[in-house]
Amino acid sequence: METSAILFYTIATIMIVFSLLAVTASKILRAAVFLLFALGGTAGIYFMVDYFFLAAVQLIVYAGGIVVLIIFSILLTSHIEEKMQKPDIWKIILTSIIGFAGATMSIHVITNHVFTPHADTGVVASMDVIGEKLMNYGDSGYVLPFEVISILLLAAMVGAIVVAKRNKPGSND
Amino acid sequence: MNWLYDFSYLTGGIHNSLSEHFEPSTVTLIEMILAGVAFMILFAILGLVLVYAERKVSAFFQQRLGPMRVGKWGTAQTLADVIKLLMKEPLMNKNADSFLFNLAPYIIMIAAFMAMAALPFAKGLHALDFDIGILYVSAVSSLGVIGILLAGWSSDNKYSLIGAMRSGAQIISYELSVGLSLLTIVVLTGSLQFSTIIESQANGWWIFKGHISAVIAFIIFLIASTAETNRGPFDLAEAESELTAGFHTEYSGLKFAFFFLAEFANMFIVSAIGATVFLGGWMPFHIGGWVGFNNIMDYIPPIFWFFGKVSFIIFLMMWFRWTFPRLRIDQLLTLEWKYLLPVNLMNILIMAFLALMGWHF
Repeated sequence: METSAILFYTIATIMIVFSLLAVTASKILRAAVFLLFALGGTAGIYFMVDYFFLAAVQLIVYAGGIVVLIIFSILLTSHIEEKMQKPDIWKIILTSIIGFAGATMSIHVITNHVFTPHADTGVVASMDVIGEKLMNYGDSGYVLPFEVISILLLAAMVGAIVVAKRNKPGSND
Repeated sequence: MNWLYDFSYLTGGIHNSLSEHFEPSTVTLIEMILAGVAFMILFAILGLVLVYAERKVSAFFQQRLGPMRVGKWGTAQTLADVIKLLMKEPLMNKNADSFLFNLAPYIIMIAAFMAMAALPFAKGLHALDFDIGILYVSAVSSLGVIGILLAGWSSDNKYSLIGAMRSGAQIISYELSVGLSLLTIVVLTGSLQFSTIIESQANGWWIFKGHISAVIAFIIFLIASTAETNRGPFDLAEAESELTAGFHTEYSGLKFAFFFLAEFANMFIVSAIGATVFLGGWMPFHIGGWVGFNNIMDYIPPIFWFFGKVSFIIFLMMWFRWTFPRLRIDQLLTLEWKYLLPVNLMNILIMAFLALMGWHF
């Protein structure tokens, strides 16, 4: 086997194992850590295919941002001796059936689809190219989605502040 | 002596001699192992040297002598400390979450290792030269905070938990300022790649070429990176007088040593990034146009320039630690969100304007 294939299967195995552990762990913080490893594996795949920018973004946004946020909220709300309740047997059976159905459908589609190799290798996603595309309002630019997402994030932040804001002293609510 | 000035002679020589005997994939594997071992040795040496330096610097600031008994001027003191730490019993609370408790020090170490891999040490001595260099380093160093949070939670100790929460809030806040102050210089270089950033400083370091904006960015970087590494005066995550030792209260022996080592490794990493981005990395002190002067400066090998600059920044950080009193948590967050961040954003705007008008050198 080639080196890259060995590397790919190693990372893929890590991702699958930790994804399964993330949904089956009985302690909630352990589940968050397993999720971190699964997300880190995704970043590993991006590094493997030389897409460094997306790999770094994956690490910053998911591992460094979202998982830290999840861990923070667990730290604030749960105690170390708490364990999650075992779900109903019926819930386990139903969710496994749905999960297996989804997985078989995806695998079926992927294995039966004929991937035609492209002649052109596409643009090399260097930092310069990404920066220019992101700020370009011309034909191949992405400044509109970029700005729309920024406004969405801003709205979410304003909403969070409104929710977290303390009422004025004296008011009854 | 050529290899001292350009390490690609050395690394290229190793690569060629390996390629003669092995297949390409085996060569890659061997080189990866060699690089890994080299980084581990560097890590160990850094720990030994920096702990000794910290103790000596703190002693001199307090008009003491510091360690003097073990070896000449106490130089073997940290070695003795290492042996002591290795012999200590690893303890754990009964209710502690053993898996996360043991995992936490490793996550911190891994984050430090991954960040260190992208540092340019000298000409040709550079393990990973991504075109996203700075982004990569800030991405992987943001993983370290997870280790701290896990350590605090899994110890089953309220001091650890409070320390971890404080540390988390602190690191997440100050990461912003570190990133933005580095971006100020990226505006000038137009690249995130460390090798390009260093090449762009061949006719002068950015701190001199970038006018007052670069100086402001450097000062913000120093403050924010001191806070990001949990060092005094921002060490309230492990405030001894209130929290015993913060998030690593329950750790002993080798696992405690890992936290200790990671703190010093992180200090080295942020100093190295500061030295690379603001002070020219391994680039000797050059002044644009002064050919004779530049040639004399070139006689000092790049690796000495790099470690000299890093030591200078590390000394500054130790100076902070032993000079300023510790901040309260509200003061810490006020400093970041109400002062450093707005100043930083304005500074980037000014720098972008300077770069647009071509007013920098």
